[in-house]
Amino acid sequence: MTPSARELAAARAHERGPLLEILHDVLDARGWISEQDVREVADVLNLSVAEVHGVVSFYSDLRRTPPPAHTVRVCRAEACQSVGAETLHREAVAALSGQEGVEVHEVFCFGNCALGPSVEVDGTLRGRMTIERLLAEAGGWTS
Amino acid sequence: MTTTVWVPRDSSARAVGADEVASALAAVEGVTVRRNGTRGMLWREPLVEVETDRGRVGYAGVEAPAVPELVAQGLLEGADLACGIGVVDDDPWLTGQERVTCSRLGLAEPTDIEAYAARGGWEGLRRAAVLEPAQVVEEVITSGLRGRGGAGFPTGIKWRTVLEARQGGAPQAFVACNLDEGDSGTFADRILAEGDPFTLLEGMTVAALAVGATEGYIYCRSEYPDAVATLREAIAVAQEFGYLGDVLGTGRHFDVVVREGAGAYICGEETSMLESLEGRRGEVRAKPPIPALSGLWGAPTVVNNVLTFAAVPMILAGGGQAYADLGTGRSRGTQLFQLAGNVARGGLVELSFGVTLRQLVEDWGGGTLSGRPVRAVQCGGPLGAYLPADRLDVPMDYEALAEAGGMLGHGGIVVFDESFDAARMARFAMEFCAAESCGKCTPCRVGSTRGVETIDRLCGASADGPDGTGRTQLLVLLEDLCETMTKGSLCALGGLTPLPVRSALEHFPEDFERSRS
Repeated sequence: MTPSARELAAARAHERGPLLEILHDVLDARGWISEQDVREVADVLNLSVAEVHGVVSFYSDLRRTPPPAHTVRVCRAEACQSVGAETLHREAVAALSGQEGVEVHEVFCFGNCALGPSVEVDGTLRGRMTIERLLAEAGGWTS
Repeated sequence: MTTTVWVPRDSSARAVGADEVASALAAVEGVTVRRNGTRGMLWREPLVEVETDRGRVGYAGVEAPAVPELVAQGLLEGADLACGIGVVDDDPWLTGQERVTCSRLGLAEPTDIEAYAARGGWEGLRRAAVLEPAQVVEEVITSGLRGRGGAGFPTGIKWRTVLEARQGGAPQAFVACNLDEGDSGTFADRILAEGDPFTLLEGMTVAALAVGATEGYIYCRSEYPDAVATLREAIAVAQEFGYLGDVLGTGRHFDVVVREGAGAYICGEETSMLESLEGRRGEVRAKPPIPALSGLWGAPTVVNNVLTFAAVPMILAGGGQAYADLGTGRSRGTQLFQLAGNVARGGLVELSFGVTLRQLVEDWGGGTLSGRPVRAVQCGGPLGAYLPADRLDVPMDYEALAEAGGMLGHGGIVVFDESFDAARMARFAMEFCAAESCGKCTPCRVGSTRGVETIDRLCGASADGPDGTGRTQLLVLLEDLCETMTKGSLCALGGLTPLPVRSALEHFPEDFERSRS
């Protein structure tokens, strides 16, 4: 049984500045943060809903919609661009982002800058990525 | 008899198949696979090392499907194979470096605390534990160590400020480590945290003893999940062995917590990181007050980068003077240079300050990966200047690079071949700033978006046009915008974004004259 945001917040309420940690816990438990979660966390920490919303909306990792079945994150930072990341990103978006249950995101740096282009496929980082290898991995995704 | 084979667990090595190689080797009878950190020779990953009588013999770029064939050819006996690089410790790419901070990197399992101690680990902490706090600070001042995150502020002076605030009656002090290594082309923090986490923890603990802090925080970006996991494991081990908690049984307590970021580049800026550590939006704080006086939860706080803390154990163990004897000018000690982008031999190179950018790119990096000529090098991350191929003879030290219009930053070097398009990269610098601006100050928040638009118009413009649409007028406008961002921004993001833009305009003006469809 997945713990509620209220329970997750209560578990850390005694820590120093726990809000971001709690939001990570909610994300780990459910994959996204709902408006109900925001209200519960705010209530436990005695913060305004606006304050918690402000934090949730600031950080790109804290998604406010249910996650898709598959996520592709393409690095678009300079080092990866020097080995063709812009083309790779464009092609990945063109090929995959229309597919049901697939999201393609841009990311600025995975710290794999000597072995780019870097792409994270469903949480697994891949270096020296090509569009052919990416599409091969994504081949089994079509519903 | 079993043969011990090392396969790195570094995330860059894993990104090119190290886990699969480790599994394939583990399936071979008589093989014990151990997972070390990377040696820093990233272009050779996965680099498999086989223990032999001669030492650890390396095999570069091993792929999992090839493992049975390589074993049949004698890999486990250290045979001379096509992918063999000989005894790794004798490799000139490693022996030519001056590995001080990285002296233990890639040799052992990252959280093997006994291996760490056997290679001189904890000596710095033991010495710090018997010195007076002020003496510890003095040693760091003597070393000339400057903040490795990019700003280059003298570390010992920062620590002294915190110590004095504490002695002046502040009831609490904190140690905060910046592992929000968001600059493209940099990965030294990650490699160190994943490969030799105890060096970082030892450095932070020395800082805690020096300023009288009892709590430490490591702020790690969420893009580095392996670093988070390794550090948490290392902290638990260090507590168990009495290096954290009650430090060395001295009765002085220090505990470290890892906190994870959530995908915001700006949180690498120190005050924004403090906000984020406190659980808020990562918005930059105006300075003063400086974090050394009012940092985490208003208390005096030592905020340093991973590499700064990681330099400290050696400084305490070997003495500040020995560290200061390395380097050049006001840049003392060593720097961990990171070769990235379109480079043949990408990886981590630790050398004294003073090596030239050209030596790093050509001698260490071996030129471009594509084999085409180098056209530009960006040094110091996304806020660093683009230098053309004929400007690479600049020595790598804080002042010399600044004089050449560049920036050392965090020591990242991104190489581009002749496909480099300065206008596109200048536009990207503004786009990146717009995407990552925390929004607190107007020059950064608004200026970056106006910058993207202006560069777009500039690239399509004819030499002169009516109503401010001509090239000449747009260049004035862009320069004006850069000036406003440089002078008016609260932090380095808005303040330094003009650096890559202006350098692109200065060195590669022809790229802005092409009309891009």
